[in-house]
Amino acid sequence: MSNDNFQPVLLARQNKPNSHTLASYQADGGYQALAKALKMANTEVIDVVKASGLRGRGGAGFPTGLKWTFLPKDVKGPIYLCINGDESEPGTFNNRVLIEQDPHQVLEGIVISSFATRTTTAYFYLRYEYGRCYRVLKDAIDEMYDNNLLGKNILGSGYDLDIHLHRGACAYICGEETGLIESLEGKRAWPRIKPPFPAIEGAFRKPTVVNNVETMACIPHIINHGPEWFMSMGIPKDPNNPRDAGSYGPKLYCISGHVNKPGLVELPMGISARDLIEKHAGGVWKGRKAKAVVPGGISMGFMSESELDTPLDFAGPGRVGCLGLGTAAVIVIDDHTSMVDVLYNACRFFAHESCGQCTPCREGTAWSTKILERIRDGRGKLSDIDLLLEISASIGTIPGTTICGLADGAAWPMKTAINKFRGEFEEYIKSGRKSESRSLAGAH
Amino acid sequence: MSELSTNAKKVIEEHLGRYPSKQAVTLPALHVVQQETGCVSRKAISEIADILELSPAQINDTLSFYGFFRTEEDPLGKKRVWICRSLPCMLRGGEELLAELCQRWGIQPGQTTADGEVTLELAECLGACDGAPCMLVDDELTLRVIADDVEKQVRGNK
Repeated sequence: MSNDNFQPVLLARQNKPNSHTLASYQADGGYQALAKALKMANTEVIDVVKASGLRGRGGAGFPTGLKWTFLPKDVKGPIYLCINGDESEPGTFNNRVLIEQDPHQVLEGIVISSFATRTTTAYFYLRYEYGRCYRVLKDAIDEMYDNNLLGKNILGSGYDLDIHLHRGACAYICGEETGLIESLEGKRAWPRIKPPFPAIEGAFRKPTVVNNVETMACIPHIINHGPEWFMSMGIPKDPNNPRDAGSYGPKLYCISGHVNKPGLVELPMGISARDLIEKHAGGVWKGRKAKAVVPGGISMGFMSESELDTPLDFAGPGRVGCLGLGTAAVIVIDDHTSMVDVLYNACRFFAHESCGQCTPCREGTAWSTKILERIRDGRGKLSDIDLLLEISASIGTIPGTTICGLADGAAWPMKTAINKFRGEFEEYIKSGRKSESRSLAGAH
Repeated sequence: MSELSTNAKKVIEEHLGRYPSKQAVTLPALHVVQQETGCVSRKAISEIADILELSPAQINDTLSFYGFFRTEEDPLGKKRVWICRSLPCMLRGGEELLAELCQRWGIQPGQTTADGEVTLELAECLGACDGAPCMLVDDELTLRVIADDVEKQVRGNK
C-alpha cells in the first residue's frame, strides 16, 4: 500500500465535532467490533490478534496476542488487565491525543482485550499530568456504564467488566510494566525482578497483562477488518530472520524538535525518518539541516543525518546502532545545536528518573550527568569521552546489571551520541569553551 | 479533630471497593488530600494509614518516592506551574523559559512565590512535545507558551 493513498485508521476521527462522545463514536460504527467479539470465543479473539501480527506500541514491540497466551489456562480467581497510560518517554504524546480526541476507540479496545484475556477488572493507569485525558476518560466510562458497554452482562453477552482509572504521580518509571504494577498497588514504583513475569504473577499477585494505549486502539480495527487487512500495511517479516516478527499495521509517529510542523502523523509502519521530516513535518526549521534525529524517544539513541533513510519499523533503527523503534517519537535536532548539550539533557533526564533501586543505574546516570556538566563548564578531559562510553557499556539489562531497562535507555543516547559525533565532543573539550545553553544550576 | 475532610474520607471510601487490597488506595488518598490542602501532613498520613490498615511509615515510604507530594513543611502555592525541560522542549526554549520565570518571580524551581500564589516546578517530558515549550498548570497542559503568557495565565495582573 502506497503511503500517498493511506487513509488514517487510528486518527480517522480526529477533529470531528464531539469526537470524544459515545454518540459520535457510535455514529461512525463504534462498538460494532465489541458486539462481534462478544459473539466469538475468547480464544478466537486471541487468535485473530495473534494472526494480525500486532506488536505492542509502548516501546518493546512484543507481539500482543502472544503476550495474552502466556496467561495460565485454568486459573482460578481474577486476571487483571492494566492499561499503561503513563506515557512519559521524551518526545512521545500519541496516547494523549488518542485519549483526548477519541477515548471510546481506546476503551472499546480495552473491553475486547479484557474479554479475550478473561479479565473482569481492568485498571487504566494514567499519568497525572494528563488531567484533560482523565476527565475525558471518566466521562466516557460513565457513558459506557449507562449504555451497557461496561458493568454486568455487557450487551447481553453474560460478560462482566469494570474499568477503574488510576492516576499516577509524575514518575517515568511507572511506565515500566512491573513498576506500574507496584505503583498501582500503592507502593514505590520499583520494578520487580523477572521472572515471574506479570502473566504469571502481576497485579495483586494475580496473572496480569499490561498493554499500551495505542495497542488497545488498534484492537477494534483488527476485529472489524481482520488480520489480513492489518497485515496489508507495514513491513513484512524478513524471511531470512526467523526471529523477526514483522512490522504490521498503522503507526502513530510523534514528530517534535526542530521541524516546521511538529505533530502526530499516522502512517503504515516503515516510513523513513527523512520522508517523515520532509513530507509530513514541513522540513527542518529555519532552512537548516538535521544534525541528529531520535527515532523513537530518547532512550533509543540518535541517528545521524546520513542514516535518515532508515525505515522506522521495528527493525530499522536497530540496523543503524539505535536500540529500536521505541515509541516512534521522532525528535529532530538541527545543525546549530550542540550534541554535548543534547546528550547532557538526555543524561540528566535519566538521572532524574532513575528509581534508585539498582546501583549501576542510580550511580551511572548521575555520574554521566556530572561528567557532562563538567564538559559543559569547560573543564572536560578527553578521557571523559571514554569514561562515558564505559558507563554506557556497564549499565542496563543488556549487560545484565539492572532489574529493568531504564539504564539501557540511558546508555543508548550516550553510545550513539559519542560513537556518531565523537569529533564534536573532542573539539568541544579541546576548545575549553562553556555551553551557551544555560541550564539552572543544581536543578536536577 | 480529624485532619481528613469529609470529602477526602468519602473519596477514600469509594476507592476501597475498586481494588483487592487497601494499600492500593494509597495514591488516590494522597492525591485527594494534597489537592484539598496543598500538602500531606503527618497527621493526614496517620489517618490515611488507619483507614488503609497500614503503618504511617508505609504511607510515607510511598509518598516520599514520588516527588509529586509535599509535606507540611513545604506546602504548595495556590497554583502549581510545571515547565518542561526535556529534550523536545529544550530544543525550543524550555530551559530559557524556566530560567526567565525564576528570574521574574525571584524563586528557584520547587519554590513558591512570597505571596503564596504560585509554586514553580521543573518537569521532565509532559507529553506535549508537539507544542514545545509546554507547561502544566495543576493538571491542565498549555502548549507553545512564552513567559508573558505564563505570567498572564497564572499571575493575572500581579
